[in-house]
Amino acid sequence: MAEALLEINNLRIEATVYAPGEKPRNAVIVDDVSLRLEPGKVMGLIGESGAGKSTIGLAALAYGRGGIRLSGGKIMLNGREIRRASSTELRGLRGREVTYVAQSAAAAFNPAKRLMEQVIEATLKHNLMPKTEAEARAVELFRTLSLPEPESFGQRYPHQVSGGQLQRAMTAMALCPKPDLVIFDEPTTALDVTTQIDVLAAIKTAIATSGVAALYITHDLAVVAQVSDEIMVLRGGQLVEHGTVQQIIEEPREDYTRALVSVHKIDHREKLPEGEPILRAEGITARYGAMNEDVLSDVSVDLYAGQTLALVGESGSGKSTMARVITGLLPPREGTLVFDGNPLPGALKDRSREELRQLQMIYQMADVAMNPRQTIATIIGRPLEFYFNMRGRERDARVQELLDAIELGEGYADRYPAELSGGQKQRVCIARALAAKPKLIICDEVTSALDPLVADGILKLLLNLQKREGVAYLFITHDIATVRAIADSIAVMYQGRVQRYGTKTEVLTPPFDDYTDLLLSSVPEMELGWLERVLEHRRMESAGN
Amino acid sequence: MKGIPLAALLGLIITILFFLMAIFAPLIAPYGMSETVGDVWEPSSSQFWLGTDNIGRDLLTRMIYGGRTTIFVASLATILSFTLGAVLGFTAAVYGGLVDQVMSRTNDLVMSIPTLIFALVVLSVMPVTLPVLILVMGLLDSTRVFRLSRAVAVDINVMDFVEAARLRGEGQRWVIFREILPNALSPLVAELGLRFIFAILFISTLSFLGLGIQPPGADWGGIVKENREGIVYGISAALYPAVAIVTLAISVNLVADWALNRTTSLKGGRGG
Amino acid sequence: MHPIVKLVTQRLALGLLLLFAASVLIFLGTQILPGDVAQAILGQSATPEALANMRAEMGLDRPAITRYFEWLFNALQGDLGTALSNGRDITESIASRLTNTLFLASVAAVVSVPLAIFLGLFAVRFRDRWPDRLISAITLTSISLPEFLLGYIMMYVFAVKLSWFPSVSTINDSMSFLEKLNAVALPALVLTLVVLAHMMRMTRAAILNVMQSAYIETAELKGLRRFNVIARHAMPNSIAPIVNVVMLNLAYLVVGVVVIEVVFVYPGMGQYLVDHVSKRDVPVVQACGLIFATIYIGLNLVADVVSILSNPRLRHPK
Repeated sequence: MAEALLEINNLRIEATVYAPGEKPRNAVIVDDVSLRLEPGKVMGLIGESGAGKSTIGLAALAYGRGGIRLSGGKIMLNGREIRRASSTELRGLRGREVTYVAQSAAAAFNPAKRLMEQVIEATLKHNLMPKTEAEARAVELFRTLSLPEPESFGQRYPHQVSGGQLQRAMTAMALCPKPDLVIFDEPTTALDVTTQIDVLAAIKTAIATSGVAALYITHDLAVVAQVSDEIMVLRGGQLVEHGTVQQIIEEPREDYTRALVSVHKIDHREKLPEGEPILRAEGITARYGAMNEDVLSDVSVDLYAGQTLALVGESGSGKSTMARVITGLLPPREGTLVFDGNPLPGALKDRSREELRQLQMIYQMADVAMNPRQTIATIIGRPLEFYFNMRGRERDARVQELLDAIELGEGYADRYPAELSGGQKQRVCIARALAAKPKLIICDEVTSALDPLVADGILKLLLNLQKREGVAYLFITHDIATVRAIADSIAVMYQGRVQRYGTKTEVLTPPFDDYTDLLLSSVPEMELGWLERVLEHRRMESAGN
Repeated sequence: MKGIPLAALLGLIITILFFLMAIFAPLIAPYGMSETVGDVWEPSSSQFWLGTDNIGRDLLTRMIYGGRTTIFVASLATILSFTLGAVLGFTAAVYGGLVDQVMSRTNDLVMSIPTLIFALVVLSVMPVTLPVLILVMGLLDSTRVFRLSRAVAVDINVMDFVEAARLRGEGQRWVIFREILPNALSPLVAELGLRFIFAILFISTLSFLGLGIQPPGADWGGIVKENREGIVYGISAALYPAVAIVTLAISVNLVADWALNRTTSLKGGRGG
Repeated sequence: MHPIVKLVTQRLALGLLLLFAASVLIFLGTQILPGDVAQAILGQSATPEALANMRAEMGLDRPAITRYFEWLFNALQGDLGTALSNGRDITESIASRLTNTLFLASVAAVVSVPLAIFLGLFAVRFRDRWPDRLISAITLTSISLPEFLLGYIMMYVFAVKLSWFPSVSTINDSMSFLEKLNAVALPALVLTLVVLAHMMRMTRAAILNVMQSAYIETAELKGLRRFNVIARHAMPNSIAPIVNVVMLNLAYLVVGVVVIEVVFVYPGMGQYLVDHVSKRDVPVVQACGLIFATIYIGLNLVADVVSILSNPRLRHPK
C-alpha cells in the first residue's frame, strides 16, 4: 500500500442550526466518516443533498462554511494532522497543497479582476514560481483544457466568457500551483448536458496530465463513474458503501446504492397517438416585450388525451417559453392554439374560467409555487372553491382524497409548506393541479430540483395519476433520462425551433440529425469508459467528414 | 404572543405606556397645561418633579401634554402616510407597466427634494395648523412607504405562487389581499414602526424651528425651543424631551425589529 | 460610443431633468396652495383692493407659468431676486452664508467619512462580538434622537459644563482658519455623530454583503491572508456600494445642517432659510430650497455615476 496523501479517520462535523421559532441547536452533519486517498488517485464522493459530501470535501482543506465545526476525528494531509492546525499553517497548505473547484464558477471568480490574475494568484502568493513562469503555465493549462485562444484567454474578465469556459478556467486556477490534491465540488452540475461532456473531458485530461489526486463530489453517479478510481456513497452524513467504480456500479452491495444505480430505470411503454389531439399548437412564434428577436419560431406540436408530450432542450431552447405561450402568459405573435377542438385565446385575460380549469400547471420550484402563508388545505382547497364552488365538509373530504392520491395521507392538511420536504411540496403542487380536474397539466422541469430518488417517486406518481385520471402532460425538461421514463411523444427544441418531433421510439431511434445526436450522446451513462467511447466516436465522425 | 423575546416585550410595554399617557394626559398631569404655578426654571422638587419651565409652568405637566400632542400628530401622519403609500405602492406593483412607471417616477421626483426642505417650502405659504401639519408630514412621508411597499410587492408578485393564482383566473383583489398582503405584512409592520419614529422626530424638529405646534400648545420639540436659553445657564429643562423621545423611539424600534425578524425566519424555513 | 460613456451621459441628462422637475415642484409648492405671497404679507384682514395692488406690484397677476420661467432663467444667471422682508438682493445674502454652510458641512464630512468607513470595517472584522454590538447600540440610540436635541446635549456637556468650546458658533471673514475651526467644532461634532451612525451601519452592511460572496471563499481557499482577501478581493467590489453610502449620507448631512445651524446660531444657509420661512419670505425660501435640492440631487448623481464607472461588466463589455 502506497503512502496516503489524504487520510481521514472517524471525522465528525457539527453545525449550529438556527431553525425558525426554535432555540439554536446542534446538528451532526458528518458522523464517523473515514477515507484514504493515495497520490494521483481520484475518489468520487456521491450522495443526495444533505449527505455531507461537500462538507467532507472542504474538510480536506480544514475549512468549514458558516458555523460548521470539524469537531472530531483526524484529517491527515501529507502526514500532518490539519484539523487542529494553526491559521498560518492552514494558509500555507490552502492554495498550495490542496485547491478547490466550486460548483458555480460564475460566483467563485471575482468579477472585478481579469482571469489571469486570479488563476495565478495562489501560485504567486505562495512564491511557487516567478510571474512569467506562472503565466506560461496558466496558458499551457488553458490549452490542455481546450479553452479558446489560450494565449489571450486570461486577459478577459469573468463575465466575458461562457459558463462552461469559466468552469474550465476554475480548473486551471486549481491546477496552476501544482497542488497534490484538488477538490472538485459538483463542477459540472450547473452546466447544460452538451457543455458538461466537454468540461468533464477537459477535467479528466487535466487530472491525467498533471498526475494530481482528486476528490470528485457529485450527486450524479454516471458522471463520477467516468472520472474516478474509487467511489464512496454517502447518505445523511454517514458512509453507506465504498468500493472501486466497477464494483459500485456493477455489483452494489447496499440497497441504497442499488437504488442510486437503478435510478431513472422506469419502464414506460409509449402510447401511440389516437383520436383528436387535446392540444394542438400550430406555427407558434413568440418573443418577449421589447426584444427584437423571436424566442420561438414556427413551433407546431400535438398532444393527445391521456398522453405525455415531452418538450426537451437545453437552456435557451425556448421550451419554457412554449409553456408560457400555452398558459396564456405570453400571447404568441403568430400561430394558433386549439384546445379540445376549440380555438384557445392567446391571452390569459381572454380565456374563460372553464378553459383555465382544463389547463393546469406544476412548477420547477415547489418552494415558491406555494404561498408560504397558506395551509396545505387552503392551497389544495382553493381550486375546489374557485372552480366547483365546494365548501365546508365536502371540500375538506375532497382535499383529503387528493392528499391520499398523492400518497401523503392524514395529518398534512393543517401544515404549512415550510414543514414539508422538497418531494412532499412537489406532491402538494400536483394535488393542487389535480383538484381542478384538468385535461392537461403543464409540468415545467418538475423533477429537476429534486434528488434522483425523490424525482423517481414523483415520476411514478405522475404516471399512476395519468393512468387513473386520463390527464395529459406537457412535460418540459432538459433531462433525457426523465423523457425516456415518462414520454409518449417527444419534441426536441433547439434555438426556438422544433428540431425533431415524433413518438418516443421515432425520436430516440437513429438516424439522428446533428443536434439530436449531440444531445443524446452527451447524456452520461452509467458504465465504465462511456466518456472515452463517446469522444472517440465523435473524433471518428469529424475525421470522416 | 408566544415566543416574543424579552426586548420586544419590554419595547411593547413601554410603547403602550406612552400611548396610555397620551390618552389620559388630563387625568395624569398634576397641573393645567398652561397654568403658571411657580418661578422661572425652578429646580426639581417634591412639588414640581421635573422643575418649572421658562415662564414658571410645571415641566412634568408640559411633558405629559407635549407627549400627547406629539404622539397624536405623529400617529395621524403615520396612518395617512401608510395608508396612502401602501395602497399606491401595491397598486403600482400589481398593475405594472405604464401605471407603475408614472407613479414611480413621480415618487422619485418628490423624493429628490429633502423632506425637511420641501416641508419648509410648503409651510412658508401655508397656515401652520394641526391639519396642515399632519397633511404635509403624511404626504411627504408616504413617498418612502410607497417605495418600500412597491418593492416588497414587486418581489412577491413575480413569485410562482402568484402566477399560479393568476393562471387559476383569480381577480386582482384575491391576488393583492390573499396572496401578496399576508407575505408583505411583516416588513410593512416593521416599516410602520420606523415611520412613526420618523414622524415623532419630524414634528419635534418642525416645532423646534417654530414651524410646528404653535404656543401655548405644548409638544416635545416646542419644550426644547421654549427652554433653550436655559442651557447656557446650565439648566437642563430643554433636555427632558430627549429622554422621552429616545425611550419611545427605542421601544418602537425593538418591536419593529422583532416584526422584521419574524418574516425572515418564516422565509428561511425549509423542512426535511 | 463606449456603452459606459452613453450610460453616464444618460444619467447626467436624467439628473438635469430631475433638477428641472424639482425646480418646478419647489415653485409649485409655493403657488398652488391657498393664499399667496401678497396674502401672506398683508395678513388675513387685508382688503381686496390692497391685495390687488400688492399683487400687481409684485407681478403676481401674471400667469404662473410666465413667472416660473422668469424665475428659472434669472436663477440660472445667478439672479435669485430680492427678499420681500428687507428688500436685499438674495444672491448677495446667500453667497457668504453658503460658504459658511459648506465650510461646516465639509469639516463634518472630512471627519465622519473616513471614521465611518474605518468603524464599518472594524465592525465587520469583529462581527457579532462586543465592538460590533456596541456600535449597533450607539447607532440605535443616535437614530432615535432628533439632530437638534443631540446638539443641545453636546452644548450642555461640552460648552456649558466643560467649557471646551463656545456655545454659539459665530464666524466672520476676519477670523483665521484655526479660529473658524474652533468656532465650528461643536456643530461639526454633532453633525458627525448624526451621519456617523447611519454611514457606519450602511458601510458594515455593504462590506458584509461583499464578504459573503463566493469569490471571497475562493480567495480564502487560496491561502491568502485575511488582509489580502479584504484589500484585493473585497475592496474593488465594495467601492460602489461604499461611495453610495457616503453620498447618501452627505446628502442627509446637508439637511441636518439646517437644524444644527439654528441650534448654534451659525450664520449659514439653514438659519437663513428657517428665518425666512417664519417671515413667509417666499423668494428667499424658493432660492434656498433650489440650492439645497441641487446639492442633494448632485450628490445622488455622483453616487450613481461612480457605481456605473466601477461596474466591471460595463467597463469591459463583451
